[in-house]
Amino acid sequence: MLLTRNVADLKKGESAVIKSFNDRDMSLKLLEMGCLPGCEVRLDAVAPFGDPICVRVGGCYCLSLRRNEAASIVVE
Amino acid sequence: MKPAPRKIALIGNPNSGKSTLFNQLTGLRQKTGNFPGVTVEKKTGTLRFSVSADDSASGDTLTLAEATLIDLPGIYSIYPKSRDEQVAVDILANPQHSDHPDAVVVVADASNLQRNLLLFTQIADLGLPTVLALNMLDVADSMKLKVNAVQLAMQLQVPVVKINARTGEGIDRLREAIQSVKMTDSLVSAYFLDPAEKQLDIIQAVKKEYQLDNNYLALQYICQHDSFTFLNQGQREQLDGLIAKHNFDKTDFLAYETITRYERLRPLVQKAVTTQGDSEQPAWTRRLDRVLLHPFWGYVAFLFVLLIIFQAVFAWAEYPMDWIDQATANAIQWTKYALPQGVLNDMLTDGLMAGIGGVIIFIPQIAFLFGLVGLLEESGYMARVMVIMDKLMRKFGLNGRSVVPLISGVACAVPAIMTTRSINNPYERLLTILVTPLMSCSARLPIYTILIALVVPDEAVLGILNLQGLVLLGLYLLGLIGALGSAWLFSIFVPRREPSYFILEMPTYKWPRWSHLGITMYDSVKSFVLEAGKIIVAISIILWVLASYGPGDSMERAEEQTLQEMANAAPQVREAAVASAQLETSYAGRFGKFIEPAIAPLGYDWKIGIALITSFAAREVFVGTMSTIYSIGGEASEDAVTIRERLQKERNPQTGGPMYTPAVSFSLLMFYVFAMMCMSTLAIVYRETHGWKWPMVQLVYTMVLAYVSAWATFQLLS
Repeated sequence: MLLTRNVADLKKGESAVIKSFNDRDMSLKLLEMGCLPGCEVRLDAVAPFGDPICVRVGGCYCLSLRRNEAASIVVE
Repeated sequence: MKPAPRKIALIGNPNSGKSTLFNQLTGLRQKTGNFPGVTVEKKTGTLRFSVSADDSASGDTLTLAEATLIDLPGIYSIYPKSRDEQVAVDILANPQHSDHPDAVVVVADASNLQRNLLLFTQIADLGLPTVLALNMLDVADSMKLKVNAVQLAMQLQVPVVKINARTGEGIDRLREAIQSVKMTDSLVSAYFLDPAEKQLDIIQAVKKEYQLDNNYLALQYICQHDSFTFLNQGQREQLDGLIAKHNFDKTDFLAYETITRYERLRPLVQKAVTTQGDSEQPAWTRRLDRVLLHPFWGYVAFLFVLLIIFQAVFAWAEYPMDWIDQATANAIQWTKYALPQGVLNDMLTDGLMAGIGGVIIFIPQIAFLFGLVGLLEESGYMARVMVIMDKLMRKFGLNGRSVVPLISGVACAVPAIMTTRSINNPYERLLTILVTPLMSCSARLPIYTILIALVVPDEAVLGILNLQGLVLLGLYLLGLIGALGSAWLFSIFVPRREPSYFILEMPTYKWPRWSHLGITMYDSVKSFVLEAGKIIVAISIILWVLASYGPGDSMERAEEQTLQEMANAAPQVREAAVASAQLETSYAGRFGKFIEPAIAPLGYDWKIGIALITSFAAREVFVGTMSTIYSIGGEASEDAVTIRERLQKERNPQTGGPMYTPAVSFSLLMFYVFAMMCMSTLAIVYRETHGWKWPMVQLVYTMVLAYVSAWATFQLLS
């Protein structure tokens, strides 16, 4: 595996576990909205033209975010 | 002496059902205003309690029959991400603030309890008396989650009430809980997370300096002093000094705080919530999303929704608008003859009543539009529209959330600008407000129709398409291109203050509550009539004065002279000629003559100049003014054909040819596509941006755009 993978790299329907964040300011926002390290995320849907994307966090609720925002979430 | 009613703040995550609960608790007893000093809408309402005699005996509980309920902007945490959210925190952290609550009701979505409780623990740590309202238990139920409220209340040490904000279930128990909340001091016995655990020195220093007794509040001084309105510059610099001295890293600490709060919440939530099987969002939400977010079917569904909105605003709203129009005309007519003739009568009828009529005519469109937009919002579909449109809108400096106002702008810019409130980034909201009036609204339709009919032949193109219809469609497209292009232009020149982000929680689909839609419609109509209405009426009266009076006795002389000249004409023709001559000599007429040199390059004469000025009240006035100026009968005729015939006959005094050549007509069309000829829109922009700066920028910008395009069109075609 090369380097790290982030949520924007996920394929539709693929799940991963949040490891860390690479953007400090964005990470605060995401943490507050419930994206915690150790939480499972699944890429649920991709908007037309590939952006924004919808991810399911912790199996229970859905967040929509832009690709560059999703790229700040590093997954295992 | 009766003490002032207690203030209760309602707070919670976006999509937690907070607004629904607010409506449920206050009904129609609400007021929409602004938080002092900031441009954030504030909703307050009266909360009624049923008081029994022995209740009112005890001293330290809420025993008043009424309390003021304040709806604070939805937030995920106490650290704000937009200026709307700042207001909430500014109020909570400042006991001197006029809206500082005596107690807080935290609304939590039970289907996502851990995240919703994050905010709750922060509010509780601030030392505010708190009641926890557990909402959306039905959603939790469908996700096979069982929430034990008693367990939760014991662990959190606060009253916990299970409610269903949509059906009203549990609302009475919530009222009782609010009523009996202990109004003790803000001393916290046990912090959920004590910032002094990690940052003892700086917390101690700040507490001593500002005489605070709450560690968490002291932390807020450290983290948020730049946005707290109650601190002055000296205090901010002093706090900056403390931060530097103690090497405090804000981002690190906030990340630590959030993660630790979640860690401490996890066992607590695990105890109170029992999972029965696999928890997932309701299956139908996932199924609907598969269609509504689909790259193809998503857009088809969106277009279908658009069609229904257009149908409602153009076709269905027409009937009530016709009734209002007719009723206003009848009322004016009746008043005119019922009261003694004179200046007062004219001012009352032609000025004031016509002005009020111009306001209330918008009510059906506003009600329909807000009802439908509210329906889309309540059902959860709006979030999906924003998702599928975000990428496109972003290219122009806008946000997925800008779609709704732009669509609504085709009906009327006034309600459209009111819907920009849902855009939480202030910069993108401003951009949207600035360009929405460029969308061709329904008031431009009569002007388009008349001028197109004048110069575009009514013939078929390619066998099936009508040339006039194509030109009309072209004008609407031009408006859309103008709006998006201008947004792009503004985004280059207006500096962006906050970074754009689009993290949005996707709510589950829900059936809307009709009573809440009713309240939304009522509320938007009320605030439009009261706020924008005042300004529109004032301008109408000013315009009436300008069109009815001239300097000195010029009006009388114009009347006499015309009467002499036309002594042999039929009384009706004579009356019309008098009206026309008087208009020419009135202040408005003089102003038309005055601006003639400025509009001559566009191909217009002073008569069109008057129409340009009067149509500033509202574009539809253009047709009425034209008919007055070209004096078809004594009063404005609604018969477009006659106006058209008259316009066709109008000669250009210099060339002797027809006045309304294709060059002049297309120049006028261009002008009306871009020009912001609408008092109501300026008034609403003033109201929504809280100042004259942006309405003026918008006015000048659209006028320049209109002037240049009209000039270029005229020069190219003539």
